[in-house]
Amino acid sequence: MALLEVDNIRTAYGLSKVLFGISLTVEPGEVVALVGRNGVGKTTTMRSIMGLAPPQQGSVRWMDREITRLPVYHVAKLGIGYVPEDRRIFPELTVWENLDIARLPPIGGAKGDGWSEEQVFELFPDLKDIQSRKGGVLSGGQQQMLTIARSLMGNPKLLLLDEPSEGLAPIIVETLRDRIHLLKTGGLSIILAEQNLEFVLYLSDRIHILEKGAIQYTGTPADLRANPDIQSKYLTL
Amino acid sequence: MQGKYKATFWLSVVLVALLLLVPALGSKYLVDLTTEIMIYALFALSLNVLIGYSGNISFGHAAYFAIGGYACAIFLTTYEWPLIISMPAAIVLAGLAAAFVGYFCIRLTDIYFSMLTLAFGMLVWAVAFKWRGVTGGDDGFVGVAVPEFIGDRYAFFYFTLTVVALSTGLLWLICHSAFGRTLVAVRENRMRASFVGVDTRRLRLTAFVVAGTFAGIAGSLFAMYNRGVYVESAFWTESGQVLIMTLLGGLYSFFGPALGAAVLYTLQVGINQYTEYWPVVLGTILLIIIMFLPNGLVGLAQKISAQFSRRT
Repeated sequence: MALLEVDNIRTAYGLSKVLFGISLTVEPGEVVALVGRNGVGKTTTMRSIMGLAPPQQGSVRWMDREITRLPVYHVAKLGIGYVPEDRRIFPELTVWENLDIARLPPIGGAKGDGWSEEQVFELFPDLKDIQSRKGGVLSGGQQQMLTIARSLMGNPKLLLLDEPSEGLAPIIVETLRDRIHLLKTGGLSIILAEQNLEFVLYLSDRIHILEKGAIQYTGTPADLRANPDIQSKYLTL
Repeated sequence: MQGKYKATFWLSVVLVALLLLVPALGSKYLVDLTTEIMIYALFALSLNVLIGYSGNISFGHAAYFAIGGYACAIFLTTYEWPLIISMPAAIVLAGLAAAFVGYFCIRLTDIYFSMLTLAFGMLVWAVAFKWRGVTGGDDGFVGVAVPEFIGDRYAFFYFTLTVVALSTGLLWLICHSAFGRTLVAVRENRMRASFVGVDTRRLRLTAFVVAGTFAGIAGSLFAMYNRGVYVESAFWTESGQVLIMTLLGGLYSFFGPALGAAVLYTLQVGINQYTEYWPVVLGTILLIIIMFLPNGLVGLAQKISAQFSRRT
């Protein structure tokens, strides 16, 4: 049984339709990438899964349970962590407080199980030294790390990462890639929306290319690497 | 961080000690003024849980102050309950009223939230105004049977000081707990808070109830201090006044609103001795805060001290 099953969802913002029947599945421990140019529906797919933009048609099933119309906080509590593109942290809270408020026990676990601050700081050592600093003064890279770290405090089984590499310096992108890879080897499932193809090819097990609100191509990183036509058709500007 | 909290604790101890000395100065007037200020300070602090911490501006906070006041007065006088039951019952009633009103208000945000709090506030005023048999209507509820042991001016001063200090301490703990931090997160970004699994509606409702309950404490003190409750206490201008106190002191600091209450109330009492045009002064103060002091007096003090430390 797949962890997450998205079945033929159609989502619109008011009158403007964005998704025209997206279907995808995520297995435990799998990294599934959504790629494509701006405005093809990557973010909306994530927002639909999360309950922020509930689909008009189709269904989202999570661990064999219908979650299509649940409120956002409920979806979060069921073990889906969302790191949105603009990665805004809570600027008036310190790094430690940002982590503290997101603490949720893992599904079926007790209080105190799962990620602790210490483990999060082990994964993101940069955050340890600045834990009493307010979120608002952090650099873009630090904020991105903090947002991912904060999602981990909620002990998700699935992490939705929206353009994590956007706007970060190449060296930071590399660090971030390695950290996400560590999470993957730890067994976390991830849906990754990205424009940075190298980033995607390195991390994903399966890649969906989106265009005009529909999936146009699905393949492994190796398939995509071997297929420059597809790359230039859907991904280059 | 721990050091900062320690400093706050010791400063509070010093403040309470200074307040304990007020009666020794020998001025009855000063004792009365300080009692009133302490009550308003608690009222303003309670509002700040809603405004400063959770970012919900209430225009109807006087309702819970008035409910606490009326209920305490009625329980003590009409039913002749002892203080130990009357006051807690009044506070619980204010909290329950806040829970009821909050249940509807937290469904809305921003200006719609504010307008609904105003509407409910005026509803409470209308009930107090019309329900003459219980509240005394526009004559007010007079002759509150204040228990003898706090009947004297000085005894009541110490009683108020104790209640306000304990309530403030409790509020401080609430605001600095995980709950308080989560409130700040919700204030800064409701959406983002729900991504990490926070039920923002329930959290805002809790803040609403906490704010209403502590306003009820202030209201019941006020009723006993004045030996009466008047329908003006529930009027929207009273909600406006406490809002201005909070703004004047500073929204984003815990003690700011208490400072705002002290300054505004002292000014009001002082200026009323010279002119009846207090609202003109009040309007000017409001103008100055909004134009020049967005973070109130506490924000001003922080700015000055930052300037000072940069220079040295």
